[in-house]
Amino acid sequence: MRLATRKILDRSFTGSGILAIVLMAAALIVLLAPMFVRGAGAIFFTATVEHRRLMLERFNRGNRPQLEAEIESARQARAPVYQMLADFERRLASGAAAERRQYAKPLQELKKAVQNLLGPIPGAPRPMLMRSQYGQTRWERAQVKLSHALYREEWDYSDPTRRGILRLKPRSADFSGTPLSPLFPYLENNLDRMLLPRRTVYWQFLTDTSFDSHFFGGIWPEILGTFYLTVGAMLFALPLGLIAAIYLTEYARENRFIEILRTCISTLAGVPSIVFGLFGLAFFIHTLKVSSSKSVLAGAMTLALMILPTVIRAAEEAIRAVPATYKEAALSLGAGRWHAIWTIILPAALPGILTGIVISMGRAAGETAPIIFTAAVSVGKPLALWQVFTQPTPALSWNIYNLATEHEAVDEIRHVQYGLVLVLVSLVLILNLAAILMRARISKRLRG
Amino acid sequence: MISEQAVGLELQRKQDNAAGRTGNRGGASERPPDAASGPAPGLPAFGRAHVEACDFSVLYRKNPAVKHVNLAIPAGKVTAIIGPSGCGKSTLLRAINRMNDLVPGCTAEGRLLFDGQDIYSPDVDVVALRRRVGMVFQKPNPFPKSVFDNVVYGPRLHSSASRNRLVEIAERSLTDAALWDEVKDRMDQNALGLSGGQQQRLCIARALAVDPEILLMDEPTSALDPRATSRIEELIAELRGKYTIIIVTHNMQQAARVSDFTAFLYEGVLIEFGSTKQIFTKPGEKRTEDYITGRFG
Repeated sequence: MRLATRKILDRSFTGSGILAIVLMAAALIVLLAPMFVRGAGAIFFTATVEHRRLMLERFNRGNRPQLEAEIESARQARAPVYQMLADFERRLASGAAAERRQYAKPLQELKKAVQNLLGPIPGAPRPMLMRSQYGQTRWERAQVKLSHALYREEWDYSDPTRRGILRLKPRSADFSGTPLSPLFPYLENNLDRMLLPRRTVYWQFLTDTSFDSHFFGGIWPEILGTFYLTVGAMLFALPLGLIAAIYLTEYARENRFIEILRTCISTLAGVPSIVFGLFGLAFFIHTLKVSSSKSVLAGAMTLALMILPTVIRAAEEAIRAVPATYKEAALSLGAGRWHAIWTIILPAALPGILTGIVISMGRAAGETAPIIFTAAVSVGKPLALWQVFTQPTPALSWNIYNLATEHEAVDEIRHVQYGLVLVLVSLVLILNLAAILMRARISKRLRG
Repeated sequence: MISEQAVGLELQRKQDNAAGRTGNRGGASERPPDAASGPAPGLPAFGRAHVEACDFSVLYRKNPAVKHVNLAIPAGKVTAIIGPSGCGKSTLLRAINRMNDLVPGCTAEGRLLFDGQDIYSPDVDVVALRRRVGMVFQKPNPFPKSVFDNVVYGPRLHSSASRNRLVEIAERSLTDAALWDEVKDRMDQNALGLSGGQQQRLCIARALAVDPEILLMDEPTSALDPRATSRIEELIAELRGKYTIIIVTHNMQQAARVSDFTAFLYEGVLIEFGSTKQIFTKPGEKRTEDYITGRFG
């Protein structure tokens, strides 16, 4: 081959390698950037006075006198709205029946929309659900609710050949000529005075319990649940996996049985996680009865079973990678086999074992299917340590799915979903980073 | 440096010990107690035999690597085992502390006596045996621990010696291994940071710290440069008399330089055994002569 050809080939290989890396980095950014930006929205957002009122009433946070002043100023800004509504209702009550019938439904809708936006209308009975006791706590949700108050949705089916078209009809048209028509421009122009938006860092999102199925509050029960499940899974998987790996590498003789055992372990690693979930339900809960129903304990055991092959494999590889001369040296000094393993082989294999452990931890933290049947519930209080034996728990992975699909008002709590995703992804990234750092540190110590 | 007298005393102590042992274990051995101190029949006498092979063979899954060897290795001397690659010299060496047990499918036949006791008899405590038979390997293999932890690994295993006692042992062993002056200020540093030659001397110190009676050396200098090699050879000369040293080497000059006795092994068969001087000046066998003069090997 000519030199020029070889050079061109060389360059094109280098080029395609760089291209691949750039593409990968771009994909990673495309994947992670929205996750971080949107997830950060759960903590950094523009909060309204309603948010601050909630914080004060539920957590006793914030400066009470200052907040009371704010609430008072918001109340004054809202007063004309309620005044106009009350006046109109009074006029209707004393007016003609036909007029009453004409405005009954639009007025009902309008009052509902205003209540959604600003919270309960003064004088009305206190609502049962917490979500109705407060107005919009987040400014961007308030904008959406404002447009619901200003416009009503109407489906246009006038053209039978086409599908229905969604049209937004201004509510002001419904009330034109009535004393309520100034209400709409007032709402639109004075929303900030009524809700007093302010940039907020709600870091307690990570440590607050949730209220009213995640309408308000944070995700502490999920974080704690994931922590319990992951640590619990490691408590089961680690000793078992390590002992199995030591047996397979140091004690087992290579025969048919061990071969079959190894194949079984590899197969176990490939079993779909949902199957582990079902197995956990059938075996740990129904057969062994470790708990009467779903519990963190049963979930941790199921997760442990799922990550066991990974732990065994990683530990086995790490132990095999220890130079045989270490073992020979230890034995030649009169160490027993177990002693050589404990004092020389395991310490030398530690970086590899740790990496395997931490990566399995990341997997256990993120896995959803095994805990659906064995441990997870969508809403729950943070558990105390002794409750893990009997109680189910919310968990990050399961609640991401649950809030995105099964929640009654998915749109209202998007920020919580993104927050959950961000926390879970960060957790796994941190675990992996820790694995890399730990590995580097210990290898350095071993190399001297 | 150890004075001549000290060496003599040390040798005397070893021999007394050995005599005591043979006396105690007379019942365990099939032969009369005094037979342990003499060479096997038909072999020249070189003083008390410390290790004795009687029709001894080692097989890897039925393939013999060492074939019917009869050999009496004298106590307190340096014995070299030479021979071409694959002749079974390492296998024979590793049989003496039963390191071959680690190799799957490896079995031994015949008898291998250590102080008159067959080390392959089923009632032998292998761990105790390895304590008395130290070993230095081809490649320096210090543990990835500090210099101190390396040296006292053995003593820590076998006794609950105090820290002070361990420090004493470490200093004595490192001094014996001619390494003390180089590492005394870096006892807490990782042993893998030492040079190759220092690592090998550390391995020797580690073996000496257990206070063995025999030191097996499996090509201890093959991974070292000439300077480190000569350092190790000097060390072997210093240790002569204190321990029974059996060294496997590829390097015939080395065997000639360091050993008192030489065994020549070829294709698993012991061709000739005698004093190093005799083997290298007037070998009794044609094949020995061919090998040491470099005609094959």
